Amino acid sequence: MDFDFSDDQKFLKSEARKFLDARCPVSVVRGVLDDAAKSYDQGLWKAVAEQGWMGTAIPEEFGGLGLGGIELCVIAEELGRALAPIPFASTVYFVAEALSLAGAREQKAKWLPKIAAGEVIGCFATVERPGTLNDAQVQAKVEGGKLTGVKIPVTDGDIADLAVVLAREAGQTGLYLVELNGAGVERETLKTLDPTRGVARLTFSGAPAERMGEAGEGLSLAEAVMNRAAVLLAFEQVGGADRALEMAKSYALERYAFGRQIGSYQAIKHKLADIYIKNELARSNAYYGAWALDDGAAELPVAAAAARVAASDAFWFAAKENVQTHGGMGFTWDVDCHLFYRRAQQLGLVAGGAKAWKERLVSQLERRNVA
Amino acid sequence: MDFNDTPEEATYRQQVRGWLEQNAPKSVTRPGDLMEDSNDMQGSRDWQRKKAEAGYACITWPKEWGGAGGASWQSVIFGQEEAKYPTPGNPFAIGLGMCVPTIMTAGNEVDKQRFVRPAALGEEIWCQLFSEPSGGSDAAAARTRAVKQGDEWVINGQKVWTSGAHYSDFGLLLARTDPDVPKHKGLTMFWIDMKSPGIEVRPIHQMSGASNFNEVYFSDLKIKDSQRVGGVGEGWRVAVVTLMNERLSVGGGGSGSGHSRVLKLARDISTLAGPSIKDSGLREKIADWFVQAEGLKYTTFRTMTALSRGQTPGPESSIGKVVSASLMQDMANTALELEDQFGIINDPKLAPLAAAFQTSLMGAPGMRIAGGTDEILRNIIAERVLGMPQDIRLDKDVAFKDIPTGR
Repeated sequence: MDFDFSDDQKFLKSEARKFLDARCPVSVVRGVLDDAAKSYDQGLWKAVAEQGWMGTAIPEEFGGLGLGGIELCVIAEELGRALAPIPFASTVYFVAEALSLAGAREQKAKWLPKIAAGEVIGCFATVERPGTLNDAQVQAKVEGGKLTGVKIPVTDGDIADLAVVLAREAGQTGLYLVELNGAGVERETLKTLDPTRGVARLTFSGAPAERMGEAGEGLSLAEAVMNRAAVLLAFEQVGGADRALEMAKSYALERYAFGRQIGSYQAIKHKLADIYIKNELARSNAYYGAWALDDGAAELPVAAAAARVAASDAFWFAAKENVQTHGGMGFTWDVDCHLFYRRAQQLGLVAGGAKAWKERLVSQLERRNVA
Repeated sequence: MDFNDTPEEATYRQQVRGWLEQNAPKSVTRPGDLMEDSNDMQGSRDWQRKKAEAGYACITWPKEWGGAGGASWQSVIFGQEEAKYPTPGNPFAIGLGMCVPTIMTAGNEVDKQRFVRPAALGEEIWCQLFSEPSGGSDAAAARTRAVKQGDEWVINGQKVWTSGAHYSDFGLLLARTDPDVPKHKGLTMFWIDMKSPGIEVRPIHQMSGASNFNEVYFSDLKIKDSQRVGGVGEGWRVAVVTLMNERLSVGGGGSGSGHSRVLKLARDISTLAGPSIKDSGLREKIADWFVQAEGLKYTTFRTMTALSRGQTPGPESSIGKVVSASLMQDMANTALELEDQFGIINDPKLAPLAAAFQTSLMGAPGMRIAGGTDEILRNIIAERVLGMPQDIRLDKDVAFKDIPTGR
């Protein structure tokens, strides 16, 4: 039994923590929050690229470090802790993973080295309407290699160079690579719950589109990408949830009411214990997800859904109860609680909400139970 | 990160499997309730002796005390493999998990020589006599009096929630020796012979119908001063050793298969809106339960990994019971709602799944209390894991006899 990070992975984790403590203090996050013109921190993105993090799980032959999925999970957790305001998830968990999973050799060779070098920002454009992503929702069309349609909301769509788009060609869904800096692409930046992450509406009118994988595989490929992203996002969520708990802990120790530390009251103690319990359940589920991701195991759909459900629940709970523990100060702009509250929602929804993942999970369990 | 054994673990597992294959019982007649049948006791004792002689009982204890001088990961592997066989009930758990380790840590040389080996060999069974009617969570509030008379102590009072008191040979007793000092300072620990005159054991009839615990009454029980475990007035320090061991042994996951039983039920049962398996509210609950049960399972894997690496497990193992007990109660309640009016029936011949959910509904309240209530466990997590300050204690610097009792 070896159900924990290895010494090398733990070293990577502590190095990543040190790096982000230095390069991504909360002032960097607020720098993006408070500047409407800014949707990510370019300096941090560059610095992260110099560390080679975008290429963590990209094979060496495509310019990456060729490490495994678990190393990427380690980095994801630290980025989540730091609330890093960069398009890492879109570029790495979604686009690079989609390329690795479905891209032809030439497509990988063209894009993965640029992603690994931090030269290309990616986004994953699937959704068109409110509600869970499904076949009927996919209206964007590809005809003669040209894409037409609207994708909304697309996280990092406002700054991305490359989109992976779910669209329909001759009635069948497919995943398409679309360069966003060329003709036939219009972007509109949207107002969002978490302004530290940019989101756009992408309107395509005849943009050149190149299919990855087979026609008809679009939706199932999108789901496979989301399973992988769900595990990585779960680590970001666990990182954020742990840091929210740390904030609540230190405030409970420093704040006095009725002549004593508020952390000495059971109402606060039990709240913090409940956060801790959810965080640990989420971490354990995320570890299982990491194993399934790295191993390419058949259990990935169940493991990813469980990791996603547990982590979304934990981060949301930790974020909202961190505000509550801080009392009146908790809902001011100046205290950092709302940064976690916003990010918890952003991460909780960006690969589909918990309700949809619970349904996926139970469908898988039913299949497993029948088999 | 993987689930496979290290080469060292694999070798040990292989050895354990071979031994179990040769020696483990192929079937046992295990009564549902140890209180009701003592015939099984011989089977339990035989199995314990067999394990002890082969070095599979008390694996982490030193060899000279009847153990195997092994590592914690070996205990874990043996436990996993043993669980695959229908082994007899284990009346030794409290003695070997809590009482005897306390003797080993705090007892004198004579007592160690006298008690440790026979316990490991399954010859003698122990119970733990801490909780009292006036002190459950607050175990240091024990009122059972021990009064020194010459070279003897005279014991009067009552203990409660004592598992196995009626079949135990010995008990570890926490008693009040000085009511004039603050509560933690006036306690002393003793071992007692449960067959002595002056002890009366009465079973507690639980709401589930089962009787897993006893009340134990002491009237002028006389014991020798040599039966003291640790110094006079040091009973609480000794009790903490025992309770630390209790938390290690009660932790546990459990409820792992609950969601699949609910799935089965949901397939068989219809609601007004059609088969209940299609009910999205129920499906969401099943997902939530699965995630909690899996989370606990993988948390124990993390603990085992730490043991396997020779490290001290992190505090995450403390979440086990607080999660699993409520999970069990919540699943049972929802399952009975699904059964609808049939949920009222508590007859295994008539109720779905042999009344499994009726049984867990009635057992869950005890689960949420025994071995540390939900509330105490949350306090422990907050104070010891998260570093929150202790609550204000009104009884801290007051002589025990002056502490308000509300009576």
